[in-house]
Amino acid sequence: MKFILSILLVALVTYAIGIYGNLPWWSFVVTNLIIAIALPIKPLHSFIAGALGVGALWAGLAFGIDLANNHILSTKVAQILPLGGSYIALILVTAFVGALLGGLASLTGSFVRKPE
Amino acid sequence: MRIVPLLVSATVTAGLVFTLNIQLKLGGTKAPRLGYFLSPQHGFWKNAEKVNTNFDATILANDLKGDVDVYMDDRLVPHIYADNDEDAYYVQGYLHAKYRLWQMDFQTRVAAGRLSEIAGADKLSIDRFFRRLGMVYGAEQTEAYINENNPVMKATVDAYTAGVNAYLKQLAPEDLPFEYKLMNFEPESWSPKKTYLFLMFMSYDLTGRSASADLQLTNTRDYLGYDLFDQLYTNQQDSLDPIIPIGTAYADPSIVPVKPLESDMVYLKKAPNVDIAKVVETPEAPDPNNGSNNWAVGGSMTKSGKPILASDPHLGLNLPSLWYEVQITTPTHSTYGASFPGSPAVIIGFNDSLAWGVTNAGRDVLDYYELKFKDTTQNEYWYNGAWKSMTKRVEVIKVKDSSDVIENIAMSHWGPVMFDAFYQNPQSNGKNLAVKWTAHNASTGVETFYQLNRAKNIEDYSKAIQLWKCPGQNFVVATKTGDIAIKQQGDFVARWDRQGDFIMPGGDSSYDWQGIIPFEENPMILNPARGFVSSANQKSTDASYPYYLGTASSFPLYRGISVNQQLAGKTQITAQDMQALQTNNYNVFAQQARPALMKFVEMNKLSTEAQRMVGTMAQWNLFNDPSEKGITIFKLIWDSVENAVWGDELAGSTIPLTKPESFVLLEQMNRDTNFRVADDIRTKDKIESLKDQVLLGIEKATVKCLELEKENKLSWEAFKATRVLHLTKMPALSRLNLPIGGGVNIINATGENHGPSWRMIVHLTDEIEAYGLYPGGQSGNPGSPYYDSFVDYWAAGKYYRLLFLPKENLKQHERTKWHIQFKKAVA
Repeated sequence: MKFILSILLVALVTYAIGIYGNLPWWSFVVTNLIIAIALPIKPLHSFIAGALGVGALWAGLAFGIDLANNHILSTKVAQILPLGGSYIALILVTAFVGALLGGLASLTGSFVRKPE
Repeated sequence: MRIVPLLVSATVTAGLVFTLNIQLKLGGTKAPRLGYFLSPQHGFWKNAEKVNTNFDATILANDLKGDVDVYMDDRLVPHIYADNDEDAYYVQGYLHAKYRLWQMDFQTRVAAGRLSEIAGADKLSIDRFFRRLGMVYGAEQTEAYINENNPVMKATVDAYTAGVNAYLKQLAPEDLPFEYKLMNFEPESWSPKKTYLFLMFMSYDLTGRSASADLQLTNTRDYLGYDLFDQLYTNQQDSLDPIIPIGTAYADPSIVPVKPLESDMVYLKKAPNVDIAKVVETPEAPDPNNGSNNWAVGGSMTKSGKPILASDPHLGLNLPSLWYEVQITTPTHSTYGASFPGSPAVIIGFNDSLAWGVTNAGRDVLDYYELKFKDTTQNEYWYNGAWKSMTKRVEVIKVKDSSDVIENIAMSHWGPVMFDAFYQNPQSNGKNLAVKWTAHNASTGVETFYQLNRAKNIEDYSKAIQLWKCPGQNFVVATKTGDIAIKQQGDFVARWDRQGDFIMPGGDSSYDWQGIIPFEENPMILNPARGFVSSANQKSTDASYPYYLGTASSFPLYRGISVNQQLAGKTQITAQDMQALQTNNYNVFAQQARPALMKFVEMNKLSTEAQRMVGTMAQWNLFNDPSEKGITIFKLIWDSVENAVWGDELAGSTIPLTKPESFVLLEQMNRDTNFRVADDIRTKDKIESLKDQVLLGIEKATVKCLELEKENKLSWEAFKATRVLHLTKMPALSRLNLPIGGGVNIINATGENHGPSWRMIVHLTDEIEAYGLYPGGQSGNPGSPYYDSFVDYWAAGKYYRLLFLPKENLKQHERTKWHIQFKKAVA
């Protein structure tokens, strides 16, 4: 239950703090850490919760934006980065970066307190 | 707490944040911070605009005097309706920023020599070039002059500036334009000086070619000796069809420039001098094809009995485009056309009463003077038999990830010392050179456009363009009342023959400019008997004009001939006919050059493949249409023959020299079959004739043609591969391989990355009928469907009907889509 709650909370808080464009893009690292301390679960579970929460959020946001944009920009960026012009690859890379960092932040938090 | 895993995990996390937050070098100026760039709430995803975005908005602004309504049409062209002029320019500034912020910012930073601030030490040589050329100096002169003497222009530019800054103020960090995120820098607030820097950049783009041409010509003359130079780089153009018809009488000149005594020896150096030294870095030179077409046909030639005006400036083809369409309507005036993001007012367009357009005059207004310094401090230079002291202008160039670079620019009475012991390039050849340029002088150029936007008749047009100084332009005009005219206007130096073509001695006042030609004496025609006026960058007058115009290489011959041939004697012309003419691909150069070349072709001596290529070329219909192969073969053969003829003369130089213009060989072929220069001077035992060189040229070109044929690239569109390049040159943000014909010497002057940057046709009927487009889109955002929305239409030679209507009519027009309201904020 705490696992599911963690995922939802991570996604929600990451989204909420992301609205404030003046804060750094990595602010969710701090919030993930706090969530993982507040809701202690096993390190592996915590990693997965953080990764899924941020990764799914980023994937979802990117996917939605891309769809409404008819892939105009993603196709260009996927040539610059370079990902062979594939918008799918670009969405996956976006999700992966978010997931990796989100997971690591939550993992770090999970080591602060032992799960009850 | 598990200390060890905690520390390890925390370190890895922090390390990853750090790594994703530093700039990732992707080559060139691309260096995003990857985490930031990818974050869907911060980075590039925020720039992916919904394809069905609703652009309706209400904007509260403190600085407005009243409310302003902007209606956006289906092409995202804003139609601004304001209660007063300043509010209109405020909103124009706001909209330029909203749709083109990065481009305005980036271009003015380049003009100011500040590229290193963003891109690092790699770009330092470009920055130093612009600083030493006096770009910042010139902008400062104009700013100071306008602030002191011209309250109306000051108010105009201030209102525009306030509009740009109002947009910047409300811009959220996540909404920064895409390129800022990709290149990782931030916008800065606008200032009037930036507008003047932008206009300096246009002066550079249109007259700065002399900054390298004068050096190249000097080196070429030094290498070849004056006599041979004068033969290969002749100023005589037999087939010239000038802007002002041949035979027009000119008044006696009010200034008779006196050629200094002994200048044949001292300046022209009529004795050969072969001493070329070391080579260093290369400067940026504006495209030699920067030019344009414009013309106006009078009512006697049109179906409606009303004049039609056409204007298409040929410049580098870039995304975001140099141009931004706009309609501005206030109680004082109503105008529509292409504006420059970075400057208020409409630059090429029309109003209720008349239409105007410009082409580049091509006159030389930039000269170099060679100085002798007393010592290495460069505090004094030799002038008229004595040491004259100089001040230093200190400019600081900030460099990303490195310490500042200080430029101490010595300021002579001629102008800034561009080349000295601290700055040289392959062409400056170790000399100390001061640069004198009309763009250094304060100028109220913006006011010319401000007044043209409001002009009612020929007198207003004349008053407006009288203010114009640099870059010299051919201003064409057509009015609803039936007048057509063209005048070449700018500050033009009254020169003696060949003055300023080469570096001049800077120690002798007799080489100074002896005056600026008065406005009244600049070439003009009004309502000529032939029924039309036109210009295509050719020489403005025949040799009976009393002033020296400059080197022939500044004046392309053939587009002008083409335009005049196509217009002469026509009647019942419609706006559609003018569209067809603007996109006409007929090659008048090849029309003359192909038969001239064929006279020298000995078919029986050619290889089978070469015969086939010559056959295809001979069958070609002389149109540079996209699918034609004949033009590709013709171009390759002509270039190859030119190389065979000139290559040997120029081969020995360690400094890159310019090839003679194409007309020189063509006119030589028509004139004289025993052309001495045809001989390859490297073969001692043989004297090559033109026939030999043509044979050699064709065989060499055939090799290239066969390669292209194998790759399926012999068609003109595939060979030319026209592209509209993003300002950073990134292919992903550019449009490549466009299916379009045209080229150099063609009315449709579309080259590889250069060509008609704004096509406009205005039919001056009671309700104006206007057409136009540019190869770009109204939005500068690569993530917007409006980023490149006109490009395919442009390539296909099609036009949009421009909406120019009073507010109530436009509001209800079926093509009007959105409404942006600017409301004065209540304090």
